[in-house]
Amino acid sequence: MTAEPTAEDTDLAEYVLRLGDDALVLCQRLCALVTRAPTIEEDLALANIALDLLGHARTLLAYSGTLDGTGRGEDELAYHRTERQFRSALLMELVPGDFAVTIARQLVYAHYSRLLWSALEKSSDATLAAFGARASREVEYHQMHADQWTVRLGRGTAESRRRMQAGLDLVWPYAAELFERDALVDRLDAAGTAVAPARLREEWEREVAAVLDEARLTLPKPAWQATGGRDGLHTEAFAPLFAEFRSVRLQYPGGTW
Amino acid sequence: MSAVRLDADEVRARVNTVPDPELPMISLADLGVIRAVQPADDGALEVVITPTYLGCPAMPAIEAGIRAVLTESGHPDARVRQVLAPAWTTDWITDEGRRKLSEHGIVPPGPAGAPLPVRIGLGAPCPHCGSVATRPQSHFGATRCQAVLVCTSCQETFAHLKAM
Repeated sequence: MTAEPTAEDTDLAEYVLRLGDDALVLCQRLCALVTRAPTIEEDLALANIALDLLGHARTLLAYSGTLDGTGRGEDELAYHRTERQFRSALLMELVPGDFAVTIARQLVYAHYSRLLWSALEKSSDATLAAFGARASREVEYHQMHADQWTVRLGRGTAESRRRMQAGLDLVWPYAAELFERDALVDRLDAAGTAVAPARLREEWEREVAAVLDEARLTLPKPAWQATGGRDGLHTEAFAPLFAEFRSVRLQYPGGTW
Repeated sequence: MSAVRLDADEVRARVNTVPDPELPMISLADLGVIRAVQPADDGALEVVITPTYLGCPAMPAIEAGIRAVLTESGHPDARVRQVLAPAWTTDWITDEGRRKLSEHGIVPPGPAGAPLPVRIGLGAPCPHCGSVATRPQSHFGATRCQAVLVCTSCQETFAHLKAM
């Protein structure tokens, strides 16, 4: 089982790893909020959304491990890489200091992921196409959740509106990284296996602008853009998140239940 | 103790009756997750299942339930294989499955192709008093596939299986 992967499989493994790492890191962020959400219904909502993201991460990481020729399973990829080997966008690791930050991030990611998974339904790669068909339907619920909270907070009290706008302003510089293009995604996009996220940006902007308009909030115009996550360059928020994520695994190596 | 090796049709009939671990009032066949029970190329029996949600934590329990039946049916070498395509939809829940969900106070899903507010339960009748003056209380309930609705007539909450 040490067959050399083709150049395209190597590309695809990296692309799939990026998407899987996004889902995994965001899942961990959402899980940490359970019991800290404003209501018990919201605890359940965030846990359920995190559960979907965990399912996406598991599917994508396992697939990446088969494509790259190493045969690494989902657990090995999740727990036994270094920080520099994680390909998640910096948006995912951002510390959610306020519930509004969580909602702003969910707004960004839910619309992006729904557009991406829908577009991947047409991938020439059968596994990604099947994943896209399933996942795109799941994240419709995540999008509705984010949209409704954004509107509720934006049109709520002066305080909720102020905090929601602050959340958007904090998160927005991190959105651009999701749509970055590089030689790898361009190659896969040309081959029809993957979707260059840059192609989704206009539609994404239209959708989130419509939600912010309904919420009477202002679309941020950030003066800078975060980058580096796809190369494994993370912020200082990543290490504590990753340490907590791996803590049980390190305390009980090889443990099962 | 070696069990009698049943043929594929008999095994299928048994696998179809395995209860869902999270909604034990309905069977896996009623839920629509059993795609096929058939001999594979190597002669071993294969059960093909579709995951409901990718993150559904019940999938390992579903597989274990099927495996137990396979072993009892004389097929300890049989396999359970997950396929993603075509994606599972609540439209595959049988009429019998819907009836049993209703009996247990869980409002069955509407068509998967309906607009999102309807899929989430807009207009679903209250299983306690029958009123349609109900509204969603939370899109996410005790399990990933359920939503919580509240009846404005009798004030009771109830579960609804979301259309997917």
